[in-house]
Amino acid sequence: MPEGDIKKAYKLIGTRPVRPDGVPKVTGTAKFGSDYTLPGTLAGKVLRSPHAHARIRSIDTSKAEALRGVKAVVTSKDFPEQEFAYVGPERTAVNLWHVTRNVIAREKVLYEGHAVAAVAAASPSIAAKAISLIEVDYEVLPHVIDVDEAMKEDAPLLFEDMITRGVDPAPTRPSNISKYLEFKIGDIDKGFAEADEVLEKEFATAASHQGYIEPHGCLARYDADGQGELWSSSQGHFVVRNLTAKLLGMRLNDLKVNPTEIGGGFGGKTVVYVEPLAMALSKKSGHPVKLVMSRSEVFRATGPTSGAKMKIRIGIKKDGTITAGEATFKYQAGAFPGSPVMNGCLCAFALYAIPNQRTVGYDVVSNRPKTAAYRAPGSPISAFGVESVLDILAKKIGMDPIELRLKNATHIGTPMIGGKMSHEGYSATLEAIQSHPAYKQPLGPNQGRGVASGYWFNGGGESGASLFINADGTAVVSTGSPDIGGSRASMAMMAAEMLGIPYDQVRATVSDTATVAYTHLTAGSRVTFASGLAVIGVCKQVIDELRARAAKLWDVDVEAVDWEEGYAKPSSSNVGQFEPLSLKDLAAKASATGGPIGSANAVNASGQAPGFSTQLCDVEVDPETGRVTVLRHVVAQDAGRAIHRSYVEGQMQGGAVQGLGWALNEEYVYGKEGKMENPGFLDYRMPVCSDLPMIETVVVEVPNPNHPYGVKGVGEVNIVPVLAAVANAVADAVDRRMDSVPISPPKLLAALERQEAEL
Amino acid sequence: MAKHHVTTTINGEEIEFLCETQQTLLDVLRDELELTGSKEGCGSGDCGACSVTVDGRLVCSCLILGVEAEGREIETIEGMAEGDHLHPLQRKFLEHAALQCGYCTPGFLVAAKSLLEKNPDPSETEVRYWLAGNLCRCTGYDKIVHAVLDAAAEMRGQANA
Repeated sequence: MPEGDIKKAYKLIGTRPVRPDGVPKVTGTAKFGSDYTLPGTLAGKVLRSPHAHARIRSIDTSKAEALRGVKAVVTSKDFPEQEFAYVGPERTAVNLWHVTRNVIAREKVLYEGHAVAAVAAASPSIAAKAISLIEVDYEVLPHVIDVDEAMKEDAPLLFEDMITRGVDPAPTRPSNISKYLEFKIGDIDKGFAEADEVLEKEFATAASHQGYIEPHGCLARYDADGQGELWSSSQGHFVVRNLTAKLLGMRLNDLKVNPTEIGGGFGGKTVVYVEPLAMALSKKSGHPVKLVMSRSEVFRATGPTSGAKMKIRIGIKKDGTITAGEATFKYQAGAFPGSPVMNGCLCAFALYAIPNQRTVGYDVVSNRPKTAAYRAPGSPISAFGVESVLDILAKKIGMDPIELRLKNATHIGTPMIGGKMSHEGYSATLEAIQSHPAYKQPLGPNQGRGVASGYWFNGGGESGASLFINADGTAVVSTGSPDIGGSRASMAMMAAEMLGIPYDQVRATVSDTATVAYTHLTAGSRVTFASGLAVIGVCKQVIDELRARAAKLWDVDVEAVDWEEGYAKPSSSNVGQFEPLSLKDLAAKASATGGPIGSANAVNASGQAPGFSTQLCDVEVDPETGRVTVLRHVVAQDAGRAIHRSYVEGQMQGGAVQGLGWALNEEYVYGKEGKMENPGFLDYRMPVCSDLPMIETVVVEVPNPNHPYGVKGVGEVNIVPVLAAVANAVADAVDRRMDSVPISPPKLLAALERQEAEL
Repeated sequence: MAKHHVTTTINGEEIEFLCETQQTLLDVLRDELELTGSKEGCGSGDCGACSVTVDGRLVCSCLILGVEAEGREIETIEGMAEGDHLHPLQRKFLEHAALQCGYCTPGFLVAAKSLLEKNPDPSETEVRYWLAGNLCRCTGYDKIVHAVLDAAAEMRGQANA
């Protein structure tokens, strides 16, 4: 729907008001995780492993403890053992036995930067000195970094008793393969037999980091009565509470977590690193403790996403019909199980009506930091392989790459791995790029154009919200969802639209773990959908209450009162002649009609619709250096319906640029010792302003029928197509097929020296 | 070890503070003076989140020692608005949704203000190169560049660039 039509249908939905939390963020008064301090706060610091893999023989903290100004030292001995069990849905299962070992090493250190001990001291300089006085006796072990090396039979084992899950019968020998997955529909052999062209190709992606600008940081206070309080920058303070409490043996009611402003997360702030350490230090010292990571610690010890190896095989008829798709994915999990390889398996062919599919996944541990979620985790990796192969096949059969995709595009009811497609929207993103002026714009020498598409599940789940009407007719709406990219604005807009009052009369806030119902992470593109549904639900409850108050004043039945655009009105002339009562009128009379007006709501939202994006990328390759410059980038994405258009566009632009960094520059570089060689922003090169053009957006709106305003999540799918879009553009520019990212200048230069042109 | 006594001017106010030798200006602003608007993203001068001006020159406050503030004039994000009157750049950042998480925003605003003082009519390319020392991971920079160009136009007395 064009922007103008939406404005007609709604007063606020689809507009661009200033966000409620905006002013503090431009004046410097907004408080992030490391901005909080309490009287007597100590400085925390973590001792980290210098080795990629080593057994800890002993830790001697006595010299550090004896240093003047040191108030506490903790090691793994200060944390209770956890049960070994995978808990939760398979795609996102958590094993606390692993989580506690990632927070602080026990028997072994499994990657360089792995936390070994932590101190709290009167000043950062004393804490730093104390760290240097801790003596750790390591037995250094052989390490393994690469995923293929880690899968070899004679590879050094991170866990001597790890038996691959998902294989029947179970293997008798341990390995670094944590899990094997296999999915299929149709008959893969028959599918390939029907094809006129079959292409098989291997691809690789490097581990890349979420790269949020704010390092992890928190302030913890543990009181003598066993109750604690945390100020933590995270994508979900309820999850931080649950994990921190569990790792410290606390009850959930004894730990209150306050959401601070969060300086970016992109999936990387969905787990705990510093919070349990700071809380343990506070417990031991009796003082509040602030623990903030350095940038180097962020790179070396917090989750990047997986690097991966994969093999893609697709069969196609001359008319463009895809008959079969097969893929094998080997994803690095980092030092503990849990890569997003299952997502790769499920997303790989989800955009296409391919009757015969088989995807296989390996979750592989190696001596790298444990991976964490990163924007549509797993899907950009599988899309890189699949969308590259489709580009080659389109050239082989002489078909326009968008036509090829349109011909095979999924629709409602299309069978897919795991079920059937439930929503439309993919074709509309293809058509948006096909009809965009950029698709026909002429290109110059060494310039090329690539298109690619992406799929993401999007999320629903648990969210809480509350709404209170103030005596002056204003409202306060709050949710349990940390606001990373403007969600307070969209919550206020939805509440104001529902109640029928102006946007600026609704204050939107994020509540702590003691004042709103359990709310799952700000992740999975779920907040505007799921927390939005919680807000809409609580608005309905409050509207019913407002109707009841009007009914009381008019002495009529509540069913005889309607709520329209901010007013209680008699539902028909039979009810009687009453002047409509505004929300403000009813608020002013609240004391006399039954007391304060407000309500709380909790939902477990389902009915989310998946995300679709198609993107166009124009590049120019410098044949002398192999450097790739992005000339133009257009993102089409199905938003269902945009609540705040600017923040929807912002997600699309931000996701695309993260993808461009992953495609062209970003990677974890390891030396022979198994240590990350580029743990800083100078050498881990993220895109800067001068690298980029404006990022053009086309907000496609195919409403989700399961949300009153049609919302689909918009946070993640925008990163999915980018790696392939860039590789396809490079292939178009210089006839070289880049099968690994990043497409860095030396790699592309080497490819340019190959004699044969490639599709 | 004795601390150093430093007298300096921050956002027009004369300030005295004590600091250790190794404390950066950023440490002092944040930990000693409670001016937490300047952010640490890297501590190595690569991200620009701690941008301030010292005697009118744009610098990363994580690359300057606290003791070097002696006798200097320092401007931080906290000095950008005049009372409740936002600077045009601050207003345009809000209108253009040029921030998502907001962590890099103070640094971008300080850097952009410094640019417009030197060059009131920058091209898009000039804006992009001047701001290349500031990392933003949320926005892809698009709306930031638009906000700066629009603020520059307004400050020059022109309507919407």
